[in-house]
Amino acid sequence: MNNAQPKLTTINSNKNRFKTLLEVKNLKTYYPVKGGFFRRTVANVKAVDDVSFEIKKGETLGLVGESGCGKSTTGRTILRLINPTDGQIIFDGKDITNIQGRALREARKDFQMVFQDPYASLNPMQMIGDIVSEPLKNFGKSNKKALKEEVMDLLNRVGLPEDAYEKYAHEFSGGQRQRIGIARALALKPKLIVADEPVSALDVSVQSQVLNLLKELQKDFGLTYLFIAHDLSVVKHMSDRIGVMYLGNIVEIADRNSIYNEPLHPYTQALISAIPEPDPRKSKERIVLKGDVPSPVNPPSGCPFHTRCPMAKEECSIAKPTLKEVRPGHQVACILYN
Amino acid sequence: MSKLTHASKKAPLLEVNHLETAFKIDREYYNAVDNVSFTVKPRQVVGIVGESGCGKSVLSLSVMRLLPKGISEICSGEILFDGKDVVKMSENEINNIRGKDIAMIFQEPMTSLNPVFTIGYQLQEVLLNHMEISKKEARQKSIELLKGVGISRPDKIVDEYPHQLSGGMRQRVMIAMAIACQPKLLIADEPTTALDVTVQAQILELLKEIQSANDMAIILITHDLGVVAEMCDDVIVMYAGKIVERTDVDTLFYNPKHPYTKLLMGAIPKMDEDREVLESIKGIVPSLKNMPKVGCKFAARCPHAMPECSFVTPQLAETEQGHEVACLLYETSRPKEGMNVQ
Repeated sequence: MNNAQPKLTTINSNKNRFKTLLEVKNLKTYYPVKGGFFRRTVANVKAVDDVSFEIKKGETLGLVGESGCGKSTTGRTILRLINPTDGQIIFDGKDITNIQGRALREARKDFQMVFQDPYASLNPMQMIGDIVSEPLKNFGKSNKKALKEEVMDLLNRVGLPEDAYEKYAHEFSGGQRQRIGIARALALKPKLIVADEPVSALDVSVQSQVLNLLKELQKDFGLTYLFIAHDLSVVKHMSDRIGVMYLGNIVEIADRNSIYNEPLHPYTQALISAIPEPDPRKSKERIVLKGDVPSPVNPPSGCPFHTRCPMAKEECSIAKPTLKEVRPGHQVACILYN
Repeated sequence: MSKLTHASKKAPLLEVNHLETAFKIDREYYNAVDNVSFTVKPRQVVGIVGESGCGKSVLSLSVMRLLPKGISEICSGEILFDGKDVVKMSENEINNIRGKDIAMIFQEPMTSLNPVFTIGYQLQEVLLNHMEISKKEARQKSIELLKGVGISRPDKIVDEYPHQLSGGMRQRVMIAMAIACQPKLLIADEPTTALDVTVQAQILELLKEIQSANDMAIILITHDLGVVAEMCDDVIVMYAGKIVERTDVDTLFYNPKHPYTKLLMGAIPKMDEDREVLESIKGIVPSLKNMPKVGCKFAARCPHAMPECSFVTPQLAETEQGHEVACLLYETSRPKEGMNVQ
């Protein structure tokens, strides 16, 4: 596994042969809403509400959903940037749900993040060389010469010019800044990278450069990605499997072709039909959903989607459906398939 | 396509001729819109695509005469709306047209409504400015308008403030405001970029309905080629302040000519195909200050660039019926003897 350079396709077809890198079980992350005279918790924003999935080594799991569906919170909770309310996160065989202090710091070497906004996620006062070498310094590398060499290698690997080392973030374009963010994430040779909307702030021509780079790096370093985005076509391009989130829940999870070719959940179907096709000769039947996403402070009872679902029945508002495997590798949480 | 042939019989509603809009940076002027000419016919939906910084928003602000004062101005060219030149109009004349005959929807529904006034107040302001009606009638009309853009409980929403509405609803309010006086031309600057896909789908459907019901022309500014394919009759592709290609939507997707357009098409991941590597365009759009003065502005990033591209400025010219391209790969784009060669 370590010396072999597994191709994505082989991983996809034989994925059972590969070990699970990350396992998330019944993860819940609630943000308290404080109110009243004593600032007591009066309600909870149920950002992530009972989410379970796993990612195999070398695989890319995509998470899609509309804004506020909890996909970013899921990513951040897995990295322990936010503390989970309930559930379990098992990374590489170790339970990291509640580890603290030194143990957490040590574990963080193995999972890194690429952020959405390349303008806000780089310190404007630091030289690029310092930004990229900081994670290395944090974990005990102090030989200046070796450090610089390693950073140069990284910058080179992500396609930045040599003189980037002594420049500042404002001297770079959005796409180049995102490359710096990627170099920083790569510095500690992590096993898992959580990429949270890494290209949504970029123009299409630059977006494709960054997507290509992420794919290349995955092959070269055997990386595992959790790829979070709202753009379904970008997620499909990047992922082996895709999870569709709605109001803090994963409503469907399957390999990327099944999600696109035979979406089962009514929300997934609506989401796919809503994407404008870049082809004027194709006119597709569109399922236009009514209304907006309900507030996660007070999510609807039963199935979270029943208020907008074109196929909702009476019982949908009573019991919340759980993810069930309806075909091999294809899980869906909908009463239609129970 | 029937819509297009129907539209092409009529005289243009908007005619932009050799428009140049410049921005002042460090006491020097740089053209953000550089010699742009195009027409919009009644009922036609014209898309303007390009990456950020290509001048598409500046172009629309020029047509509305809403350019930021002091740092930018229209240097030359004319913008004929219904035969009258918008550039030469007095502030009063343009105020009569703006909001009435030409209306605009902005990208950010969060920031383009005034947070301290109710939805109803802001809608009535438009109506009272341009129509001879009483306040009571205006209120009634604004409730009707809200209903028309698919807002449920319009009689309640009319007294609410923008922060009480979701992004999709605010964009609906913006649309209601824009179509309040039944404009002949609607300029929509990235109307759905800030919205989620399912809400985007609702808004696009709404715009289509209104367009055919009101016989309105739309200039749709976007970077999303999917939205273009769905909405537009004609498409203008801009790069660095210039039009590089202009044609109908079908030709643009099936027979693009300019290398930039071709690369743009290859750079988007498509849902129904599997590609390991996406096409990408090396480098980035040059900033206004670093823009090459002569030659093709795309030459530095173009895979087909020839030596002459750096000093011969390509002309936007028809290569086929209704298909204009500005690229030296096509004989028609070469300047006539003695012109522009420096």
